[in-house]
Amino acid sequence: MTMAEQRILSPAKPEAGRLRTALKLLWADKPATVAAVFLLVIVLCAVFGPMLLEQVSSRQNLRGRNAPPFDLAKGWLLILGGDQLGRPLLARIVVAASNTMAIAAGAVLASMLIGSALGLCAGYSRGRAGDLIPRLADVIMSFPSLLLAVIVLYMLEPSVGNIILVLAITRIPVYLRTTRAEVLEVRERMFVQAALVMGASTPRIIFRHIMPMILPTILTIATLDFAFVMLAESSLSFLGIGIQPPEVTWGLMVAQGRPYLTTAWWLSFWPGLVIILTTLSLNLLSNWMRIALDPTQRWRLEMGGRKNV
Amino acid sequence: MQKFLARRAVSSAISLVLLVIAVFFLSRLTGDPTDLYLPVDASAEARENFRQIHGLNDPLYVQFGHYMLDLVQLDFGDSIRRARPALEVVTEAFVWTLQLAAITMVGVTFAAIVLGSLAAFRVGGLFDRVATFFSLIGASAPDFWIAIVAIVVFAVGFGWLPTSGTGTVWHWILPVSVLFIRPFGLILQVVRGSMITALSSAYVKTARAKGVAPRATIFVHALRNAMLPVITVIGDQAAGMLNGAVVVETIFGFPGVGKLMIDSILQRDFAVVLASIMVTAFAIFLMNILIDLAYGALDPRIRY
Repeated sequence: MTMAEQRILSPAKPEAGRLRTALKLLWADKPATVAAVFLLVIVLCAVFGPMLLEQVSSRQNLRGRNAPPFDLAKGWLLILGGDQLGRPLLARIVVAASNTMAIAAGAVLASMLIGSALGLCAGYSRGRAGDLIPRLADVIMSFPSLLLAVIVLYMLEPSVGNIILVLAITRIPVYLRTTRAEVLEVRERMFVQAALVMGASTPRIIFRHIMPMILPTILTIATLDFAFVMLAESSLSFLGIGIQPPEVTWGLMVAQGRPYLTTAWWLSFWPGLVIILTTLSLNLLSNWMRIALDPTQRWRLEMGGRKNV
Repeated sequence: MQKFLARRAVSSAISLVLLVIAVFFLSRLTGDPTDLYLPVDASAEARENFRQIHGLNDPLYVQFGHYMLDLVQLDFGDSIRRARPALEVVTEAFVWTLQLAAITMVGVTFAAIVLGSLAAFRVGGLFDRVATFFSLIGASAPDFWIAIVAIVVFAVGFGWLPTSGTGTVWHWILPVSVLFIRPFGLILQVVRGSMITALSSAYVKTARAKGVAPRATIFVHALRNAMLPVITVIGDQAAGMLNGAVVVETIFGFPGVGKLMIDSILQRDFAVVLASIMVTAFAIFLMNILIDLAYGALDPRIRY
């Protein structure tokens, strides 16, 4: 039934109409709307921040060392205060958004593509691959992920690429297991059997019939995982084995402010707050997505935003 | 049941062996401990001597062979740094981590189940919205940030609690509270979601219709059936904690196994790294079996 609904709805509507529907569904969930707007701002910061504020964010100003926040006397850039070298915190947070987002997005994309591809194989194949691939996930899961990160980053240099690599490896099992479980269930359904009987090829069955069914789940997990990866990267940077200065991420900013905690709390406070707000927004958005992408739940949003679950 | 246990033990043993092999070779790629432990101007003779004592002169595969032979006899090797049996060092640290994890997880489980069930009872109500909001924030907060803010406020600002270390009961409060927050947020959401499903099922409606008290319907009828996914998440979180809460242990100077693991990598104390991996893996294996038994106890349809 759910498939039938999608079939009837989706081809009939042009692209613009679909976007409008999505926005309407988003508007029905106010917290998710706020979250989406906040994330949009963060993404804009990540894309344009380094271009606009790179210079300002690295200019040292010893007079503004640990300048307190909310003091407009030194200019609007120092509204969140200055760091230990007098660099404006606001500009640094904006610039750091770019590294933070790039690492999280890279790791999530890589683990999502590899993990779900492996999961599709494992779930659909009835041969040896179906047995072996899940074991791979078990082995990765049994590895303490932070330990893996420390070893790899100690051997290789802790650059953005290597951090993405480490984080992606540790997150592959999540997608692999979910995709496999979903495929195992979906492939027994009538419409897959029907496609098989009608002579559809294996790639066609996987990509045209099974993929659309499991994509919503994967996207929802990916949104949640984005938050998780961001926290993991922050922890690595905080422990000093992640991104190295002069590169900067929010986690590293928290770590750099730690020695000044008692005298200048704002050094660590603001970047930490941005991390919380971003992960919170991702969680809210993922909750909304879970409902909006599920045809049997979508009515909750279409009913004018009265949330029941 | 025995067959099930045996199968689980075999598959865990295989992945543990793979893990040990991987860590053995990977950790040795990080460098030679000789450079770290001897002064820069140490003579070639002293270096040679050091390598000889710690068996670092042999080719890697010979070292690995020796290690595995010792391991079969339950000899985990010695810590270079501490000149003590590695297993002893690890067990000491693990006891700390175990206590920390146990206290936190018992508290989290109890609080999350009670509050999550109450939130699910009136979906969309004031209590539900407050609980959902705070659990979302809890699940989103980076623990290192919470930890340092907590230190600034409660240890430095008010001076109520010690900043770090161990010794008195007061030393436990901050680490436990900081570790509490994220699992609490995550588990509360799972409890809530699972309870909503259970509460809208037919048998709960029947129970209500025949006049069972609301509290009994929540905590007896619905909860038991809603517990399966909750237990899975609790298991995941507990496993993470048994691996050591590295960040919290580092900030609070807590001598747990997570901090030991990271320090040992940095100090190239390979025997300790391997021993701590095996000890935690064994603990997690035991815990997973307990969780499987709990599944069976909660749902009689599950048989092993």
